[in-house]
Amino acid sequence: MAERAPLEELVKLQGERVRGLKQQKASAELIEEEVAKLLKLKAQLGPDESKQKFVLKTPKGTRDYSPRQMAVREKVFDVIIRCFKRHGAEVIDTPVFELKETLMGKYGEDSKLIYDLKDQGGELLSLRYDLTVPFARYLAMNKLTNIKRYHIAKVYRRDNPAMTRGRYREFYQCDFDIAGNFDPMIPDAECLKIMCEILSSLQIGDFLVKVNDRRILDGMFAICGVSDSKFRTICSSVDKLDKVSWEEVKNEMVGEKGLAPEVADRIGDYVQQHGGVSLAEQLLQDPKLSQNKQALEGLGDLKLLFEYLTLFGIDDKISFDLSLARGLDYYTGVIYEAVLLQTPAQAGEEPLGVGSVAAGGRYDGLVGMFDPKGRKVPCVGLSIGVERIFSIVEQRLEALEEKIRTTETQVLVASAQKKLLEERLKLVSELWDAGIKAELLYKKNPKLLNQLQYCEEAGTPLVAIIGEQELKDGVIKLRSVTSREEVDVRREDLVEEIKRRTGQPLCIC
Amino acid sequence: MVVREKILDLVISCFKRHGAKGMDTPAFELKETLTEKYGEDSGLMYDLKDQGGELLSLRYDLTVPFARYLAMNKVKKMKRYHVGKVWRRESPTIVQGRYREFCQCDFDIAGQFDPMIPDAECLKIMCEILSGLQLGDFLIKVNDRRIVDGMFAVCGVPESKFRAICSSIDKLDKMAWKDVRHEMVVKKGLAPEVADRIGDYVQCHGGVSLVEQMFQDPRLSQNKQALEGLGDLKLLFEYLTLFGIADKISFDLSLARGLDYYTGVIYEAVLLQTPTQAGEEPLNVGSVAAGGRYDGLVGMFDPKGHKVPCVGLSIGVERIFYIVEQRMKTKGEKVRTTETQVFVATPQKNFLQERLKLIAELWDSGIKAEMLYKNNPKLLTQLHYCESTGIPLVVIIGEQELKEGVIKIRSVASREEVAIKRENFVAEIQKRLSES
Repeated sequence: MAERAPLEELVKLQGERVRGLKQQKASAELIEEEVAKLLKLKAQLGPDESKQKFVLKTPKGTRDYSPRQMAVREKVFDVIIRCFKRHGAEVIDTPVFELKETLMGKYGEDSKLIYDLKDQGGELLSLRYDLTVPFARYLAMNKLTNIKRYHIAKVYRRDNPAMTRGRYREFYQCDFDIAGNFDPMIPDAECLKIMCEILSSLQIGDFLVKVNDRRILDGMFAICGVSDSKFRTICSSVDKLDKVSWEEVKNEMVGEKGLAPEVADRIGDYVQQHGGVSLAEQLLQDPKLSQNKQALEGLGDLKLLFEYLTLFGIDDKISFDLSLARGLDYYTGVIYEAVLLQTPAQAGEEPLGVGSVAAGGRYDGLVGMFDPKGRKVPCVGLSIGVERIFSIVEQRLEALEEKIRTTETQVLVASAQKKLLEERLKLVSELWDAGIKAELLYKKNPKLLNQLQYCEEAGTPLVAIIGEQELKDGVIKLRSVTSREEVDVRREDLVEEIKRRTGQPLCIC
Repeated sequence: MVVREKILDLVISCFKRHGAKGMDTPAFELKETLTEKYGEDSGLMYDLKDQGGELLSLRYDLTVPFARYLAMNKVKKMKRYHVGKVWRRESPTIVQGRYREFCQCDFDIAGQFDPMIPDAECLKIMCEILSGLQLGDFLIKVNDRRIVDGMFAVCGVPESKFRAICSSIDKLDKMAWKDVRHEMVVKKGLAPEVADRIGDYVQCHGGVSLVEQMFQDPRLSQNKQALEGLGDLKLLFEYLTLFGIADKISFDLSLARGLDYYTGVIYEAVLLQTPTQAGEEPLNVGSVAAGGRYDGLVGMFDPKGHKVPCVGLSIGVERIFYIVEQRMKTKGEKVRTTETQVFVATPQKNFLQERLKLIAELWDSGIKAEMLYKNNPKLLTQLHYCESTGIPLVVIIGEQELKEGVIKIRSVASREEVAIKRENFVAEIQKRLSES
């Protein structure tokens, strides 16, 4: 056992070294090398017999959902799904893992964040990183050329978790996408309409949707003098402007990514601009930008988009923002991102800086990457960042001390005296068979007070009390938990009376 | 997917009707959390690659994560449901609906309570769900781990072979007795006389009268464990009678259930084969729901070994999806994949703007509406779309309607059209939708 200690120390140090390299964003080869060393050391260590067997935790970056959190989640999903359905979307689901090759090469710099499954002798698999690539695979695989679908499911990223800010390694995404060749910008406009409907319905405060276009970005980079090979990496830097200042971004581009300072400055002139459709018109006149064909295409589409958004009544929520860059490789046209506008902190409330809560864009080339003949299916879609929304809604409810019920039980079947278990079982069964949500305590002879207390804690509105005298008289005492009023109801009328009071339809058809 | 959603909806409303709270756990757990909980089935877990961090495995069921949750949060009592996917590396026999990734719907009651009441509620829930799904007649087999172990003991099975023999007995629903006997004697080294004694018992099944009969059995009644199990089953049957479901329950001594962690009552629901109708393949899908009592599992996670008794059930929804989908195929049933209520159309060109305005009004009023993503679609194409997707109503805007300040509302089924004033059209649509 004495030999374990120095080896354990080495494992710990090597683990820290790997973490440090990842934070510094060292090269992938270097990291891989050091990880291999770590694995070798761990293998030497072998299994630890003396170690505590009770490791009670969820994996790093993941969490359980308690009943309370489930209740919040259900409310949020309800709003979102209702909106997707309102827009005529069908629902699909895909497996949690894909063939590793399906996901490779689709996420650019983020590919290192993919969880792989161990090679256990079968196909090489990886956990899905988003819902978009599986969607593209689904379309190509089933040779679909048009579909409007939503998909709500968990995705997996081996990122640095920041759980207090709603950033996890396992998290839900709610995606809506329209695939197909259609007349320009109509589906794109509908995606933005959906984003606005959802964010308004959730009542999480004022929001703004920033819009830009990949072609405008690329055109802008080109005329500013960014070399083609640096496009994606400069894009990544510009994308950080929502979190860090222009100074820092400029430093990163010039200092770390080797961009000429004059080029950076020219970019700076553009990316600090944002506005409505008038900005699009202005840029169409811009001497440099108007020389670039790509940028002109993008600007033209944005202008059309703004027309439709006005007809949809949401143009006041949209801002054409040249600093919006969005890391992902596969966007080809319009891109958008919704952010919550900071309300001044109310007394006792932490300012919630949660970043973007929804995003998306057009990606016309992705399905073609899966099709053997390279046939393209144009797509546009959006993703709601619900984990951030759950955090906000949970925090707001806590601040308001609002009670969230974790069950939907309508009636507790209780007994006033001992030896009435049989009667309780018979009655609760009748209620269940009639579709009423009912419970009973799992005690043969529970005290009435305990049963009433159970109702108050759980928020159960009614109690059906069986008593010896009432049994003889053929009635049940129906008690309202909040008002404490009791009334005798004939046994045969009980179901109807409960349904009337709880607003349920009388037949279970 | 629509079929799946309807089925899951029914299952979840039943769980909610019984006062269960929802919960969720991550798709993967620390490998050590899952190790050594599944007995013979351990080799079937999906591991994640060691990428320098924690060693992880995809969850194999929802029960072990539940036990981990209870221990982790020091919860002593909880009635919960959990609907989620689980992953098992068994070779998929697609015909039986047993995939490597599949959905489970679990309901469990954790806590120290008076005996058999929660256990009876679990069986009541299983019956409610299976009846509600209208899959035909079903039967729930019930047994008890202590009766199984007691039976093995009195038959002369060495303790070290208990779990292995249990596994074999469990196959009696798929294999004939002589094949199971062969496996026990030849592959697992059981003495033939012992196997024969087991055979006498495991071919018995019946109602509460069988329980009473077993109480009198000269060998079994010598075994303390078996007596405990029989006593609990007798009480259980009393409660099931009060719940009105005793006729669906069969005490079946051949029910063994592979998983290691059961400690008391165990149960399994099977669909009773309907005689094959013309053109219909006989569906042998095995069990559609199962569960039991597992009092020792949470204690395995607690540092001090504190036990939290649990009983629960799991609905095998994938098998149910499969059955329902097969039935729909045979009957040629069509199901709508969207819920769209209104389609916004135009008979002329250059009416995109008007359609966009109209549809936004409908969406803003909460009405489910669609339009084609074409600047100038043909009316026939639009009406076709409605018919093929099952959309019941169309609102039509064209030159004439614009002039007259009206919208035409058309019923897709009856093809009747009526003109409504522009300012009233949303209200009119809402009226029609609430009437249908």
